[in-house]
Amino acid sequence: MKFAVIVFPGSNCDSDMFFAIQDALKEEVAYVRYDETSLEGFDGVLLPGGFSYGDYLRSGAIACFAPIMEAVKQFAESGKPVLGVCNGFQMLLELGLLPGAMKRNDGLKFICRPVELVVENNETMFTAGYQKDEVISVPVAHGEGNYECDEQTLATLEEKNQVVFRYAQAINGSKADIAGITNERGNVLGMMPHPERAVESLLGSEDGLRLFQSIVRNWRESHVTTS
Amino acid sequence: MYKVKVYVTLRESVLDPQGGAVKRALHTMEYKEVEEVRIGKYMELTLKNTDDVEKRIDEMCSKLLANTVIEDYRYEIEEVVPS
Repeated sequence: MKFAVIVFPGSNCDSDMFFAIQDALKEEVAYVRYDETSLEGFDGVLLPGGFSYGDYLRSGAIACFAPIMEAVKQFAESGKPVLGVCNGFQMLLELGLLPGAMKRNDGLKFICRPVELVVENNETMFTAGYQKDEVISVPVAHGEGNYECDEQTLATLEEKNQVVFRYAQAINGSKADIAGITNERGNVLGMMPHPERAVESLLGSEDGLRLFQSIVRNWRESHVTTS
Repeated sequence: MYKVKVYVTLRESVLDPQGGAVKRALHTMEYKEVEEVRIGKYMELTLKNTDDVEKRIDEMCSKLLANTVIEDYRYEIEEVVPS
């Protein structure tokens, strides 16, 4: 399986993502610049964390109009896996691939520490390797992770099991303690915590690795030709 | 030419954590009369002469300058004759 890590001006978790795939997951991975226009040959797309375009205007807003984003939208629409982490999640919201928006954290502080997440839905291509309601430890590092949406959107998210990760304890004011959501089809996941920073015990946790392994397992299952 | 002033604010229904912090600071400074502070953005755009200026400004606001999930916007367009 071959992953693309999209690199924007101001991305700073692109290398973490790259090495998580290469060294921990041991799958193929390549950087794709924001000014490229094709994702041909890739099986998964990773939008990394950071401060694309300096977070000017709003986090993730300007990245939406980078040349590569048309290809990212088409990739998502074709049903292939797209994972946005932190700033990548903010981009998916701004793109409209996921519902809602991010506000400044309630306490106005940049929060940078490991947090406990509850796996709310383990029936997605991203989370099949976890148990339902399993509590995992994954670091967060964000100033704007306070998820906001209207009540109707929240009701839809809950009803369709699109809330995949919740904070075990409220950390940033996020509505319904939402840490990660998918689109209705389940092939686009946005999450504020950084699974790519939790892929080996040396990093303090390897709970993030199963997320990537789940993607690969799902991809293998749908690409093995039955003979 | 046009000078356009764009104001972007959080929607009324959305809590504003920054505004809350500023309000508390004002209260600490004994400005107890402050009931609410809402923080927004103000942008100035200068445009060449163009057709449909209002429609185009509205598009710019809804596509990029404001996130209409949580923000409202309004604008003032002023035609400027270069001297």
